[in-house]
Amino acid sequence: MFDKLLVANRGEIARRILRTAKSLGYRTVAVYSEADASSPHVRDAHEAICIGPADAASSYLNTEHLLDAIKKTGAQAVHPGYGFLSESADFARALKEAGIVFVGPSSQAIEAMGSKTEAKRRMIQAGVPCVPGYHGAAQDLDTFTAQAEQVGYPLMVKASAGGGGRGMRLVQSAGELAAALESARSEAESAFGHGELLLERAIERARHVEIQIFADSHGNALHLGERDCSIQRRHQKVIEEAPSPALSQETRAAMGAAAVAAAQAIGYEGAGTVEFLLAEDGAFYFLEMNTRLQVEHPVTEMITGQDLVAWQLMVASGEPLPLRQAEVSFSGHAIEARLYAEDPSRGFLPQTGRAHLWRAPRGEGVRVDHGLRTGLEITPFYDPMLAKIIAHGPTRDVARRRLMRALEETALLGVPTNRAFLLACMEDECFRAGEATTAFIPQVFAQGFERAQATTLTLALAATLLVRARSPRQREGQRWSSTGSAQSLLRLSVGSDEVEVRLTLMNSQAYVVEVRGCVHTVRVLSARPGARYRVEVDGVQRTVHALWEDEALFLSEGRSDWVVEDVLRRPVRIEPGSDGRILAPMTGKMLVVDVSAGERVEAGQRLGVLEAMKMEHNVITPVAGQVSTLGCEQGEQVASKTLLFEIKPG
Amino acid sequence: MLQGVPIWVKKEDAFAPDLFILAPQYLMPVIESRIRTNTETFTQQREQMLAMVHTFRQLEARVRALSDSKKARFQKRNQLLPRERVAALLDDGAPWLELSTLAGLGMHDDDGDQAIMGGGGILGIGHVSGVRCMVSASDSAIKGGIVAPMGLQKSLRAQEIALRNNLPFVNLVESGGANLNYQSEIFVEGGRSFYNMARLSAQGIPQITVVHGSSTAGGAYIPGLSDYVIMVKDRAKVFLAGPPLLMAATGEVATDEELGGARMHTEISGVAEYIAEHDADAIRIAREVMGNLGWNDARTPEPRKSWDEPLHDADELCGVVPTDYRKPYDVREVIARVVDGSDFLGFKDLYGEHTVCGHAHIEGFPIGIIGNNGPINAHGAAKAAQFIQLCEQANTPLIFLQNTTGFLVGKQMEQGGIVKHGAKMIQAVANTSVPKITLHIGASFGAGNYGMCGRAYNPDFVFAWPNNRIAVMGGEQAATVMEIVTRQKMSRFGQEPDDDFIKGMRDFIIDKINDESTALYATARLWDDGLIDPRDTRRVLATALSICREGRARKLNPISFGVGRM
Repeated sequence: MFDKLLVANRGEIARRILRTAKSLGYRTVAVYSEADASSPHVRDAHEAICIGPADAASSYLNTEHLLDAIKKTGAQAVHPGYGFLSESADFARALKEAGIVFVGPSSQAIEAMGSKTEAKRRMIQAGVPCVPGYHGAAQDLDTFTAQAEQVGYPLMVKASAGGGGRGMRLVQSAGELAAALESARSEAESAFGHGELLLERAIERARHVEIQIFADSHGNALHLGERDCSIQRRHQKVIEEAPSPALSQETRAAMGAAAVAAAQAIGYEGAGTVEFLLAEDGAFYFLEMNTRLQVEHPVTEMITGQDLVAWQLMVASGEPLPLRQAEVSFSGHAIEARLYAEDPSRGFLPQTGRAHLWRAPRGEGVRVDHGLRTGLEITPFYDPMLAKIIAHGPTRDVARRRLMRALEETALLGVPTNRAFLLACMEDECFRAGEATTAFIPQVFAQGFERAQATTLTLALAATLLVRARSPRQREGQRWSSTGSAQSLLRLSVGSDEVEVRLTLMNSQAYVVEVRGCVHTVRVLSARPGARYRVEVDGVQRTVHALWEDEALFLSEGRSDWVVEDVLRRPVRIEPGSDGRILAPMTGKMLVVDVSAGERVEAGQRLGVLEAMKMEHNVITPVAGQVSTLGCEQGEQVASKTLLFEIKPG
Repeated sequence: MLQGVPIWVKKEDAFAPDLFILAPQYLMPVIESRIRTNTETFTQQREQMLAMVHTFRQLEARVRALSDSKKARFQKRNQLLPRERVAALLDDGAPWLELSTLAGLGMHDDDGDQAIMGGGGILGIGHVSGVRCMVSASDSAIKGGIVAPMGLQKSLRAQEIALRNNLPFVNLVESGGANLNYQSEIFVEGGRSFYNMARLSAQGIPQITVVHGSSTAGGAYIPGLSDYVIMVKDRAKVFLAGPPLLMAATGEVATDEELGGARMHTEISGVAEYIAEHDADAIRIAREVMGNLGWNDARTPEPRKSWDEPLHDADELCGVVPTDYRKPYDVREVIARVVDGSDFLGFKDLYGEHTVCGHAHIEGFPIGIIGNNGPINAHGAAKAAQFIQLCEQANTPLIFLQNTTGFLVGKQMEQGGIVKHGAKMIQAVANTSVPKITLHIGASFGAGNYGMCGRAYNPDFVFAWPNNRIAVMGGEQAATVMEIVTRQKMSRFGQEPDDDFIKGMRDFIIDKINDESTALYATARLWDDGLIDPRDTRRVLATALSICREGRARKLNPISFGVGRM
């Protein structure tokens, strides 16, 4: 039994756990790194304690610091969330030794499932279907080549200790095997510390379906149905749903039973997820077991009406599971979308920045788990997932529509996100039909994801809001010109585009905006707190979010987010010599001339040395190009501002 | 022909039980309008006035269109059009009071029809980086920004306003210099623009100049005399003599850049302080320079508080006033649509009642108003003179709503001392030190123009509605005077009056005076600072009042000789 719980995590999952813990009356402790001092999860808890500097190894992954924090706050139990130390057997063991309850399975269970090879061996023993493969200790090329023939191509090379797609290679034919083994091994070594590899048959056009299981210390185990997590990019889940649109009742029962059997085979306690590959023919294969709460657990909660964190705390307190298998019922459909700080149009590159505005969507059947607040700095130290937006509905279509609507109403200004990408996924025919497999993203976005181009309508709206934002604060009526209309000229930069915009403010307070040969009339009907604007563009009213920060307009309208700047007001930095004219900085003697006319030079290259006032000054070109004029020769006395070199940039 | 005693009610006289709790500030005399907007007269007058507004707006639009037609050429040179420069310079959405948009209309090279040049420049009072200032830009897209006589007058007027109201000055220069065809009308007086620049600098008023293109010969003194100079790389040219003249004068061979390029002036001569990559960059630097002056830190806060809008819609102004000056109307109908809450405290309403005086507020600024309900008689002149002195005593700005056919004449008037009373009024108008703003809203004839603070009386601002008629007297009157004089002369010489000749003379005089008394004729000659839409009256007056107040309240740091460039 415990009354005080420390949550050894951050962001949305820390907040999620704290919410349930507090509602059940637990006293709660949050931990945070120096970079997270102002994060919302810190304030959600009764007590909070700093566990070290920004990098995770010194804070969220540091057992010693966490043990200190536990001691200092008197916490009796620790919930690890997901990621970080949630699947660290060492951490679980250290807690046990310190007499602290770990909300999760035993260190033995974690270890059993931690090694893919070991896990698979145990599963085969327990009769759980596994992908044919090779999990042997022999790691030489000959063994792998021989075993690969047994397994059959195409196959996957995986790191034995792997996860998150690292150390993983798809091999189509025997010829590619050796190279794949080599690169997978070196990646595994650097990522996990050892390079043990295994082979598995690649199941093509498969779905990723996982079963949520629960087991208590009284020998009870059950499953809470499946989640379909087929929408992945590089083995990173993006959209998850429950139930799976592809699972028959029989397969569900069989898969559920297999998952429970898997858990029981290792004497599991608490929440776990057994991941399967579901082949086109309905066959399924054990993939791995996650011995923790999953990111995507909310979809299960929404269709079962259960609180999985509450169940975890019950099991950790030694109580029996609150339901038996037969009592578990499912209602409707739930879909979750993960909002990442990343740029889908640039290879999903993680993004950082300040969240100038965060506004979570609301509405029937919509749930948002997030670790955001307006003003929060998104740092590069941790996972770029910012929020999960989950929608539930009586049918899959309702859930999908609700989720899309919620995503459209999600406003996060200041940090680029994958919002438009999520919407594009959900709008795709294949996803609508529930036919997406793990190949969905690579196929649909084979050419990469391209951000929509700003329409003239968007540009007109952006120009209007930008001009309003930088206008002096005054009564509307004072925006006035004696000639009947006041003109503003802007050159908007939107993404890589630059567009000239002429904006005329009529004395009627309407903005007539001319852009790319189109004329739009924009009115701002109201500006409400939370940077919410009701605008009318060409007679059609709608609501958008926009704010002015750091000389830029952040606009969120419908599906897209824009950062719009007026180039005309942006400083042009002229560095001396940036035009290729390198002048003598002062009067002196050219000691050295390094280059000759016609020679190609690189930016930063020394062109010569000028001696003046007994000091030697390097003459450096800030631009690359060709020396078109040589205005000096070695040993020559030159006057200040003499043209020494002219570089034709290029 | 005159309206009777105005109808206004004091709310304190109303004993309606639901009114007795009104706070004292509501116990003000409110002008009650007698205008009905659903009459044919109103509709007709409104249509006529709107047509007049449309006419001058169209002319303004033609100037802009002419300038904008050079877009492609400017764009190719990576230049902004003059109006784009102004738009980029001004704070978005801040009030912009453009002045003398039709200067020189129909004069010199301006044909008054298609080739309209707006005086060759864009001039107005706007806000740059939050600072209210005078902005003057050469319209180099029209005839290369060449300076014609009226363009010179327009820029001299801008400097006068800036000197008077302590307004920082921004020049956006690109000009081929003076139009040599009219050098005799430009050369001597042109020197005054440099005189004014020196005076502005000495008075403590900063001048920022952006050189976008040529500013040579005499024009070189514009940057030379400015406090802050920004030059656009590869475009600015500032020298006394260019390569051809230099070659002719001394035989020296030099390039434009060597003689007066932006690089040369920022690196070698020190004539310019800042170098800009292109037009937009230069405008941005000008905004930064202005923003860094700290000009607004020394601004005294405006004392005005909240105010009520007029009870009557300003939109009705167009229908309230007959466009024919011979038809009388009650100036209180105009006042009711201009002043706060339509509250107007008439001064000596029952004495010299054709000259309307009284106190009111416009956007919270207390003002004294003088208006005309017909010619000014002896009582009216004396009353106005007294009222002006009272405004002087209380330092209350004066607004003159000019609609007068002149001082009343006749034996009774002359014997009643109309000359001495009129002189008294003129003296008061001339010598008062309070801000004076004149608005022509109908007729401006004879000495009425003087007594009611016409251009010659140095009002801070003069604006006109498009129905303005301004002349020494009406055409009919002048023709009749001339007819009588001619007939007398003929009969003195014993000649038979030649009716045909006299009719021809009459028509000629009537036509000439009519042509030369229109609002467009007047504004072309800078007899006012610009035509305004009657519906904008309140805003224009409020802006002008605010400019005058800020200017007078500002404490400057004068420097006896202006700032010299080292």
